[in-house]
Amino acid sequence: MNLDAVPSYLTPTGQEIVFLLLGAVAVGSALLVVTTRQLVHAALWLVVTFGALAGCYLVLTAEFVAWVQVLIYVGAVVVLLLFGIMLTRAPIGRSPDLDSGNRVLAAVVALATAVLLVTVVIDGFRTAYAPLTEVDGAAKTIGSSIFRTWVLPFEALSVLLLAALIGAIVLSRTDIRGRD
Amino acid sequence: MDGYFGSYAVVAVLIVIGVVIYVGALTINRLLSPIRPSAEKLLTYECGVDPVGEGWAQTQVRYYVFTYLYVVFAVDAVFLFPWATVFADPGFGLTTLVEMFVFLGFIALGILYAWRKGVLSWT
Repeated sequence: MNLDAVPSYLTPTGQEIVFLLLGAVAVGSALLVVTTRQLVHAALWLVVTFGALAGCYLVLTAEFVAWVQVLIYVGAVVVLLLFGIMLTRAPIGRSPDLDSGNRVLAAVVALATAVLLVTVVIDGFRTAYAPLTEVDGAAKTIGSSIFRTWVLPFEALSVLLLAALIGAIVLSRTDIRGRD
Repeated sequence: MDGYFGSYAVVAVLIVIGVVIYVGALTINRLLSPIRPSAEKLLTYECGVDPVGEGWAQTQVRYYVFTYLYVVFAVDAVFLFPWATVFADPGFGLTTLVEMFVFLGFIALGILYAWRKGVLSWT
């Protein structure tokens, strides 16, 4: 990280403007996810949120992470959510009963989480300036950091995925019973 | 238009052109086509038979398991890319190869379980 050459914030570069716009799209569509009255629309707004987030990663030159975001979150997690909606009530049109009594509490928790995260980031980095290089976000850099430093979390992830997969199978089948 | 941002600017321009063509075609269609709706025309088309009752959409829980399998294997595949770029480099070698196969082995246990429980067959 380079602490000396910090360019002025008053003359934003094109990348900074695009990043801010994408951030605004992400926040706006995230708000629509929780405020829309139509359950399926909420899942589709989530696609916009994840897409804008992927765009933010791209602008930060985290190319690999951006495409993983598109593949996993837009491609798989949203489809999983849509199937979840279809499996439960599959409402078409507006649902009047989407508001929960915990709305105020949820808003407070969300705001507190946001304040915490923003405080940590500001406190941790302050005016630190990292120039964007395309090498840092490429698959090769991530690969060498996973297989040099983070091998154990990587292997633990496979156990987590296995447990989740078996759990989903057991829950979806009525003929697999526990010992009683 | 070269370098990292230049190449993605080309992608962004292509996306914008795609959106403009899509929105433009639909807007022109909307402007040019005569619209004279009637109750008959607005009815849901069901092979010529008048629809009865409300729409209902319920899916089999099995679709969910298949989607779940897809999520697990998408995560699996995502880790293969960074691995494939480094495992032949000096300093990685056999250990990295074994590490990836341990990872794949654990997930393969999952698909073995799914197969043994008959999740993969559609009866």
